[in-house]
Amino acid sequence: MSETVPITVRVNGRERTAAVAPRLLLVHFLRESLNLTGTHVGCDTSQCGACTVLLDGRSVKSCTVFAVQADGEEVQTIEGLAAGDDLHPLQDGFWEEHGLQCGYCTPGMIMSALNLLRENPSPDDARIREGISGNICRCTGYQHIVNAIRNAAERMAPA
Amino acid sequence: MTSANAPLLPKLIGERVKRREDPRLIRGLATYVDDLKLPGMLHLAFRRADIAHGVIRRIDVSAAAAMEGVELALTGAELAEHLGPMPIGTPFPAPDHYSVAVDRVRYVGEPVAVVAAADRYLARDAADAIEVEYDELPAVVDPEAAMADGSATLHEGFARNVAVGGYQGGTGVNAETAQAEDDSAMDAAFAEADVVISQCMLNQRLAPNAMEPRGVVARYEAGSDYLTIWSATQNPHILRTLAAGMLGLGEHQVRAIAPEVGGGFGCKINIYGEEYAAAALSRLTGAPVKWIEDRTEAFLATTHGRDILGDVEIAAKRDGTILALRAQLLADIGAYEVLLTALIPTLTGMMMNGVYRIPVVRHELTEVFTNKTPTDAYRGAGRPEGLYFVERAVDMLARELDMDPAELRRRNFIPAAEFPFPTQSGLVYDSGDYEAALDTALAAADWESLKAERDAARAEGRIVGVGMAFYVEVCGLGPSSVVPTGGWEHSGVTIERGGKVTATTGASPHGQGNETTFAQMLADHFSVPIGDIAILHGDTGVVKQGIGTFGSRSQAVGGAALMLAAGRAGDKMKRFAAALMADHEASPDDLVFESGRIQVAGAPEVSRSFAEVADFAYVPVPLPAGLEPGLSEEAFFEPENNTYPFGCHISMVEIDRDTGEPRLLRLIAVDDCGNVINPLIVEGQVHGGLAQGIGQAMFEEVVYDEDGQPLTASFMDYVMPRAADLPAFELERTVTPTPVNPLGAKGVGEAGTIGSSPCVVNAAVDALAPFGVRHVDMPLRPERLWRLIHDRDQNGGQP
Repeated sequence: MSETVPITVRVNGRERTAAVAPRLLLVHFLRESLNLTGTHVGCDTSQCGACTVLLDGRSVKSCTVFAVQADGEEVQTIEGLAAGDDLHPLQDGFWEEHGLQCGYCTPGMIMSALNLLRENPSPDDARIREGISGNICRCTGYQHIVNAIRNAAERMAPA
Repeated sequence: MTSANAPLLPKLIGERVKRREDPRLIRGLATYVDDLKLPGMLHLAFRRADIAHGVIRRIDVSAAAAMEGVELALTGAELAEHLGPMPIGTPFPAPDHYSVAVDRVRYVGEPVAVVAAADRYLARDAADAIEVEYDELPAVVDPEAAMADGSATLHEGFARNVAVGGYQGGTGVNAETAQAEDDSAMDAAFAEADVVISQCMLNQRLAPNAMEPRGVVARYEAGSDYLTIWSATQNPHILRTLAAGMLGLGEHQVRAIAPEVGGGFGCKINIYGEEYAAAALSRLTGAPVKWIEDRTEAFLATTHGRDILGDVEIAAKRDGTILALRAQLLADIGAYEVLLTALIPTLTGMMMNGVYRIPVVRHELTEVFTNKTPTDAYRGAGRPEGLYFVERAVDMLARELDMDPAELRRRNFIPAAEFPFPTQSGLVYDSGDYEAALDTALAAADWESLKAERDAARAEGRIVGVGMAFYVEVCGLGPSSVVPTGGWEHSGVTIERGGKVTATTGASPHGQGNETTFAQMLADHFSVPIGDIAILHGDTGVVKQGIGTFGSRSQAVGGAALMLAAGRAGDKMKRFAAALMADHEASPDDLVFESGRIQVAGAPEVSRSFAEVADFAYVPVPLPAGLEPGLSEEAFFEPENNTYPFGCHISMVEIDRDTGEPRLLRLIAVDDCGNVINPLIVEGQVHGGLAQGIGQAMFEEVVYDEDGQPLTASFMDYVMPRAADLPAFELERTVTPTPVNPLGAKGVGEAGTIGSSPCVVNAAVDALAPFGVRHVDMPLRPERLWRLIHDRDQNGGQP
């Protein structure tokens, strides 16, 4: 396992270069190598979505992507969402509407919601529920998450 | 010195205050166990049994130990030289249970060896390199067959696999011996009955599935003989006590920390073998170690919940008066007893009165070992099972009598005037107004219109049903007489120099939002900005004493302890303030906290700022007579009784005729958890509880095959409720405060879970009633429903 592969990934706008084992998962690259521990692992089968990040602008489950597959690509994680102290509208929405309890699924949920709102800036509740169905939350029953995403969509709508 | 122009601080109790926990969580900056990195840290992996039952014939860790980067590889027998059998928290007899199996395995997923390696990938490789051979034994899978002649047995000394046998409670039962002594009332009730309902029902086995799997980091410092252990646990103080015992240390040599914890739902109450093993391996290797569970391990080795078979009979008069209820309960507790395993089903028995004034109630409980993952608490822990049995049976009675299920329930309710109400099952319900909750639910659902809507849908050929369930639960646990770990909670309140307030609480939240609710309470008590208050929890190095968060007890017990400590700190602060205002002859009793000041009630011009008094308390010149310096007080609170929240849930379910797929169209929930600190958080708790109860009703089930192989060990096979599976819930509340704590709060964590399962199944059975269906077991699998519809269809709609 000493064999490594050099990769360069742009993570949250910053270019990161590393030599990684071919089998290293993207989520472990983010968490262990870059110390970006906001992305969580909730399962190992890409069912729960806690590890969702954006890879070249599209949501992926980073527990099922190898780090080497991100070579030359752009990755956005929860840590890259706020601009300094200014929260992203989705973060504000989750806070405002009590869209989280234990917080473990939250970063992945927010990244999935970001993907959803980019594809559909004003989804109705059914579309929101469908859009986050790749993400499991055990705490909230989803209702406040739906409210949070609707809240964010309204904030993000052009005035 | 006047506060005339100072803005008044708004009261926060009862307000929808945004959570103070959230900024770190929504930014990805919170620290869960797996986010911890310590210098030189090793990673653990466990080799686990892949058969359900067998003797370890040969186990060889040498190949693993020889791998580069592997520090230590130990069999269970080797680890047992350092760790004895694990403690449990119930008074029931229990077989020895080691952190890592010594000579025999009893469920798929039981650890047989452990390795410590430089990184988690290497640790996994090394665990896989361990060679294990077993002499397989017959697997015990069915709990009824487990007790039959000739069944294989799991443990010596537990004949027929019975862990707890014939444990009785209720009318005519001697509470000391848990054995019936007088059957006359029961016999008379059944002799007098016009109608008897009898149904056997399974409250199926579930996997709790907190989204954060379990995890532990242990660091043993040999120089000081001091263990620091971080764990995804609901109760770090219990971890401290038990880990100290297992390692031969005093509590003062262990610091247990629950950092950010990603949900618990009961499965993080137990202190697990992996936690003890991590502590032992840190001591053996001299390095900090980390173990993080993967999801499949969570399905195999984290405790399961429920799995109780209930055979319930109700005797009633034709007018709907319930005369008696009796239940045979058979709990399949899996392979071992862990912390609270044997206790949980006893709660099921205690709840068999439901919300009804049933004069004669009796249950008999048997718990059996099988070759499955051990069970322990899962949200509701024993109460959902009990209320499910009662509420299904009551619904069947309504159908048998052709009576509206709301009317039948109303006729049998414990009247509001009769609280506190001693039940036949030995509990004393603290307070309740069940009719008010029923009426609120009927109005919110527009019950008559809902039934009309169902009938109209049926006329169109759709398969639609409506259902209701009414629950009560025992929570806010509770006096120490009923909680083996201790039924109190502890809190400390320190008013610091400068006037900031820091409180500690032994309640260890993992999503419940106590950093916010407790701060709301202190902000109101001291009338200071909420931003000046910090709530610390989850660290035995900071929080001196505690029990933990389970049984919907944080607010009812932890909140009460907090306010007791706050009262003491506040009273002392008023004495310092009175000393500062001695020239006004202010008495401490005349002083009030108001918007950052301490002032004479009714004379705001006589006041001192909160900060000034706090400063004075730490440099008291001169020291007022009879006072010690400083403002740091603590309190233990133990309630005299548990609390008994209740509520009424109503739902509408449609079943697809072609696919059997059920769809929950509406769910109306009226919950009464007493006084509420933060309605936003309470709604969130109810929502989450509802989703879990609905998950049990519709989707979730742990399944084993006949060899004891689990068939549901990932999210691909175990169906978790997802957003698109659920409707928007419709919530209402009634408020009946409890007298057992000064807050009047009852607790809300488990409530939603308890009412929703029977409510949804009652609606599904209502939908299927035209096909002659009286009962269907959970979960409402499409295949199961399709057969019920189509088997009957072939018979011309007759059963």
